[in-house]
Amino acid sequence: MIPELGAGALAVALALAVYGSAAAAVGGRTGRASLVESAQHAALGVFTLVTGCLLLLAYAFLSFDFSVRYVATNTNLGTPFYYRLTAVWGALEGSIVLWAWMLCLYTLIVILRHRTNARELYPWVLSVMLGVLAFFLLVMTVAAPVFQRLSPVPAEGRGLNPLLEDSGMITHPVALYLGFTGFTVPFAFAIAALVTGRVGDAWVTSTRRWTITAWYFLSLGLLIGGWWSYHVLGWGGYWAWDPVENAAFMPWLTGTAFLHSVMIQERRRMLRLWNLALVIMTFSLTLFGTFLTRSGVIASVHAFTQGAIGVFFLSFLALVLLLALALLAWRWDTLGAQGELDSVVSRESAFLLNNVLLVAAAFTVFFGTVFPLLSEAVRGVKVSVGMPFFNQVNVPLFLGLIFLMGVGPLIAWRRASLESLKRNFLWPVTLGIAAAAVFRLLGVRSTIAVLTLALVVFVTATITVDLVRATRARLRTGERFPGALGGLLLRHNRRYGGFAVHLGILVVALGVTGSQAWSVQTETTLRRGEHTDLAGYRVRFDGLAASEESNHFKVTGTFTIDHGRAAGSVLHPAKKFYPQEQSPIAYVDYRLGLREDVYLVLGDFARDGSQATIRLQVNRLVSWIWIGGLILTLGTVLALVPERRRTV
Amino acid sequence: MRWLLPLAALPLLALLAYGFRTDPRDIPSPLTAFDGARVDLAALRGKVVVLNFWASWCKPACYDEAPVLERLWRTYRERGVVVVGVDIQDTDEAGRKFIREFGLTFPNARDGSGKVSVDYGVYGVPETFFVARDGTIRAKHVGALSDAVIRAKLDPLL
Repeated sequence: MIPELGAGALAVALALAVYGSAAAAVGGRTGRASLVESAQHAALGVFTLVTGCLLLLAYAFLSFDFSVRYVATNTNLGTPFYYRLTAVWGALEGSIVLWAWMLCLYTLIVILRHRTNARELYPWVLSVMLGVLAFFLLVMTVAAPVFQRLSPVPAEGRGLNPLLEDSGMITHPVALYLGFTGFTVPFAFAIAALVTGRVGDAWVTSTRRWTITAWYFLSLGLLIGGWWSYHVLGWGGYWAWDPVENAAFMPWLTGTAFLHSVMIQERRRMLRLWNLALVIMTFSLTLFGTFLTRSGVIASVHAFTQGAIGVFFLSFLALVLLLALALLAWRWDTLGAQGELDSVVSRESAFLLNNVLLVAAAFTVFFGTVFPLLSEAVRGVKVSVGMPFFNQVNVPLFLGLIFLMGVGPLIAWRRASLESLKRNFLWPVTLGIAAAAVFRLLGVRSTIAVLTLALVVFVTATITVDLVRATRARLRTGERFPGALGGLLLRHNRRYGGFAVHLGILVVALGVTGSQAWSVQTETTLRRGEHTDLAGYRVRFDGLAASEESNHFKVTGTFTIDHGRAAGSVLHPAKKFYPQEQSPIAYVDYRLGLREDVYLVLGDFARDGSQATIRLQVNRLVSWIWIGGLILTLGTVLALVPERRRTV
Repeated sequence: MRWLLPLAALPLLALLAYGFRTDPRDIPSPLTAFDGARVDLAALRGKVVVLNFWASWCKPACYDEAPVLERLWRTYRERGVVVVGVDIQDTDEAGRKFIREFGLTFPNARDGSGKVSVDYGVYGVPETFFVARDGTIRAKHVGALSDAVIRAKLDPLL
């Protein structure tokens, strides 16, 4: 029953989305409000149907309905309750259902928020949103049907990919997809602006919050992905420049560029063309990312199903790119700047440089990701581009960005005088240089590490200088201390939210630098009772134990930390053997700390438990990456607080 | 002029479309052996291949493993098994010394830049891949090989 019901609902939803998209466009063109209203109803219908499908799928998973092929492939009777829910989006077909549902949700919120306040743009925004939705519904009904009947109905399913049995699986895809789909809204506004010719600032103002929201979820998705990689995959790292990671990182880079460049448009009416191009780029990159991860065109550790879906995504990407670029070309004459750059030493140029660096980073990541394909197409040689390339080209770009993070927010608009430069930057620069000297004296060898640490100090100092100065000004007007600071943060929430996000990024940078520069590891084979030493830790092998879990067999090691910070604590790394998998899955155990993590992976072992091979790592400062994510969250919330009307 | 803008997207789209013709799961890169001969894995279809990544700097695991591998090669050779060693990120001299020290007689190739090992997704040495007759990788073993591992992973492929 469920397969037919679900497939039927999706087909109806597809028809409704196509109709709604067309109706909204015609309504926008002719100004007939009734058509736009009809499109709105269609959108509501699509939302209801897709929600129904999602619930239906969840129900099929919870009730082990193996007549649905997708359920039978991604669960079995041993899959725990919790993972049966996340299994809904545990593979290709279901993840597209989640994707489409989020797009529906965004469309609904766009309708609620903008149906009255963006009159001319609104019909076209609705049309684009429904058009994109129609594409995903088409994929769901034709290329990757999730509600396919399996007959005869098997008694037992295959089971979920064991690596996905992790709590990160609820947050990571949800955050990432909220980010990916979120960029559809600014894109829809950009297209609406181009179609209607209202390429002024209205679309930019309307999309500010949307962009911040999408950007935030994408950041969160990336960070949680790193956390998942760190504590599940067991290779001790959080980022590997894998194509799939790059796929999510590229729109993040261009999205970040857009967040900054809109400020110049708002303030100085420059960069109109550039902003439209950035939004189109960002949205196209989200599609490109999906294409990469789903088509199997580029090899990746993230194994996803291959099939017709790649052709669908490539066709849609082609359609979007050609249409959007044609619109840009059509409106070319109206996109000139009204303001101009007054001086090289100004906030505008700092932001401009920030954009150049971000887009350059996006381009190098893009180039590195598609290079294997290019090389094979042109030279017929298979190559793979690894970490060294990405690190080498991106580290200088990121250092430059961190520097600008300190300069941009404080330097004056238009033209900065020598006097103001001195006032704003004398202390931070001095502190930064002093920090570099101190770290060098403390024995930090790596130039990149010294540079990063010095820049982090410099930027933190600029933020502090600004905050202290502004609070002082308020204190002079007679306000008291905590109130003065709180009022400042709320009154200028955009500015200070941005500062907090910058701080979050700095803390992430600190974690990345620390873990790259100072982590150590060792690999060794121990007999029972023997120990190994690493960086002040002594780890003793106490024995192995085997156990039968609900859907796998598990061999757990017991290791005691004898010396060091976490002395006395016991680690239990394990190997899990799933009947449906050929090779065992490592289960990492670790003790997290602010200074360093002790991280233990169980490798090979003797059947009788007398001997085990382990990899012991002491990873420095990694926790700060996750803490940075937390600060980033707080900053985003502050930036999104509805602006207060000025009462003065 | 400005209408050329959309055309700029075409080469990219063409490249991506080209991607459909390739299979990223193909086993990559021909190797060059220490004696200069080419070791072409594609030519070994029909044989079971034990592909071992090692390095002279990998102590003690690779040193423990080398005699086991040589023994494997001698005992399984008759049954259609080929052992191929790949020395990664190593100097030519150190690699040769290692081969001499253990008297290795199976073909060994050099992957000085570590490119081939990246293609295989090798995280550290030693790692061993068990390739079936049809050319698919059936099992991967991380860490030094033991006779028990060889029995468990190689025998099903014969």
